[in-house]
Amino acid sequence: MADAFMQSHEAAAERIKRAPLVTNNRPMKWITDHVASCTEKSAPTWWWIAFTISASLAMVSFFCIAYLISTGVGVWGLNHPVGWAWDITNFVFWIGIGHAGTLISAILFLTRQKWRTSINRAAEAMTLFAVVCAGIFPAVHVGRIWMVWFLAPVPNSNAIWQNFRSPLLWDVFAVSTYFTVSVLFWYTGLVPDLATLRDRAKNKLRKFFYGIAALGWRGGNRQWKHYEMAYLILAGLSTPLVLSVHSVVSFDFATSVIPGWHTTIFPPYFVAGAIFGGFAMVLTIMLPARAIFGLHDLITDDHVDKMCKIILLTGSIVGYAYAMEFFIAWYGGNMFEQYAFINRATGPYWWAYWSMIFCNVVAPQLFWFRFFRRHVLWVFVVCMFVNAGMWFERFVIIVTSLHRDFLPSSWNMFYPTWVDIWTFVGTFGIFLALFLLFIRWLPMICIFEVKAVLPEADPHHGHDEHHHEPAAAVKGAAH
Amino acid sequence: METAGNPQSQLFGMAAEVPSATALYHAAEKVRDAGYKRWDVYSPFPIHGMDHAMGLKKSWLSALVFIGGITGLTIASILQFYPSSIEYPLVVAGKPTNFFTVPAFFPIMFELTVLLSAFTATFGMLALNGLPRWNHPIFNWNEFKKVSDDGFFVAIEATDPKFDEESTRAMLESVGGKHITLIYGD
Repeated sequence: MADAFMQSHEAAAERIKRAPLVTNNRPMKWITDHVASCTEKSAPTWWWIAFTISASLAMVSFFCIAYLISTGVGVWGLNHPVGWAWDITNFVFWIGIGHAGTLISAILFLTRQKWRTSINRAAEAMTLFAVVCAGIFPAVHVGRIWMVWFLAPVPNSNAIWQNFRSPLLWDVFAVSTYFTVSVLFWYTGLVPDLATLRDRAKNKLRKFFYGIAALGWRGGNRQWKHYEMAYLILAGLSTPLVLSVHSVVSFDFATSVIPGWHTTIFPPYFVAGAIFGGFAMVLTIMLPARAIFGLHDLITDDHVDKMCKIILLTGSIVGYAYAMEFFIAWYGGNMFEQYAFINRATGPYWWAYWSMIFCNVVAPQLFWFRFFRRHVLWVFVVCMFVNAGMWFERFVIIVTSLHRDFLPSSWNMFYPTWVDIWTFVGTFGIFLALFLLFIRWLPMICIFEVKAVLPEADPHHGHDEHHHEPAAAVKGAAH
Repeated sequence: METAGNPQSQLFGMAAEVPSATALYHAAEKVRDAGYKRWDVYSPFPIHGMDHAMGLKKSWLSALVFIGGITGLTIASILQFYPSSIEYPLVVAGKPTNFFTVPAFFPIMFELTVLLSAFTATFGMLALNGLPRWNHPIFNWNEFKKVSDDGFFVAIEATDPKFDEESTRAMLESVGGKHITLIYGD
């Protein structure tokens, strides 16, 4: 019975044989050498140039933040009624980008998508750095940052206590939990690879730091047993977490009564948009990294192809949500809601709305065609559109909904100041600088997981080709 | 027989290298069937089915994580409900503060459950694995550096009741072990 099942199973597996996850039959040693050497060779010139530019840009952001804190939030273009503008736009933009990393590391792990192994490490790193950038904005937009501890439920003598029924407080918990869990998940995944770097370390400094960071990992199966369980549990925890974080972010809007925000479609729509924007950002940074480090055998064209399909899917969900918002605004019969949506498409911010539609809904439709999914330049261009489009989406939701609310006498336009603009531009510097440090100090591809998806990693590998009969006999005896 | 570490110090055990994941799997089955208890196989990545080949039970980390999660849920429930409904009710826009406002507490209950579960998963895994630790006798063996690259090893500890230099060596040879080495502590 079991044998018959195994045979039909094997025959079926033969029929649906997939493209290899690592091309050109690379051996394990090649994978270790190739990935680890990115951190071992001295930094190439381009790295120093890129790092100098990113770090300088990051300094611009820090300067703007210092100026904001020392002067007051009046240096931003916020006014009445647009009390949230670029700050929250940027926050939602960055936190959304992070979600693709968690999706790749957790959801694709639970669904046994083995192709995730070569991209999950970098995507998770991207998550952390994006959340770092995201966290800056809500922290500094409170105005008097020395009172930011009001966000935390700290017992105090000032009679200050948090309103736990407020979505803004949920957000504090959601984002800080998300960051913490992402760090734990990332570090857990890194431990075996840090052991690899430790074992390859030539100089004292590397031996010391990687030795400490690897925590004494030995790779024994008694360790792997608990390790795999921990990884599975973390993936299981991160999956609902990632869905909850952006749902909670959307509650910041959806639970208010502002026309254009007060909609039930927000949570799923925000989650789809986050994954959409995040995958575009993964490709935006992975495609250059792959080209520079020659990682084409690990991050194959199939990987890019699959990510493009996810972008197409989530982009279409986002497009559906845009259409559904309009439909419900009309069908709901609320004149403020109807006006908010007509104003989005035809009002003074029409250009932002239509840029969003073009970038998020129209541009990804190219990915229906294999030619565009397989052509790196096209993929990169579409991803840049999506990156821009997802920023516009948040800008449209926040600013167009606020600038014309119930009372026409309070209507006002929003104009960003130089501080708004440079704080945001500078966060790209923070993000890229952190990413550049990451690729120099840590293996950007999960070495051990990639080895585990090689054909020779399967303990029953080789039986089928060479000695099927004896192997079957051994199996029968063992069970 | 080759030795590693300082032969004056305590014997850790005997280890051998095998050529592949498949060989390691079969070696594990043989060591298991020979009745050894204190031993382990080392590989650059987790090998599917190895727990069965070694005769190991499922990791009980999940039970720890469950306790961690329940703790998080309890903390969140008390943190929110007690002050917000009983000790210091905040009336916002004339809305109620009684127990029926509990759905508003669900997001933070969920977040703290996940947070404490994740802490338990990571640190519980390290604790069950006896990590972090500064050193381990097996690192005295130079061959073992390959374990994080492409090496597969079997090691039988000297504290195993069935450990015996002759018979253990014969057994490691029979599973195709190369570089059979006695490993000592520092």
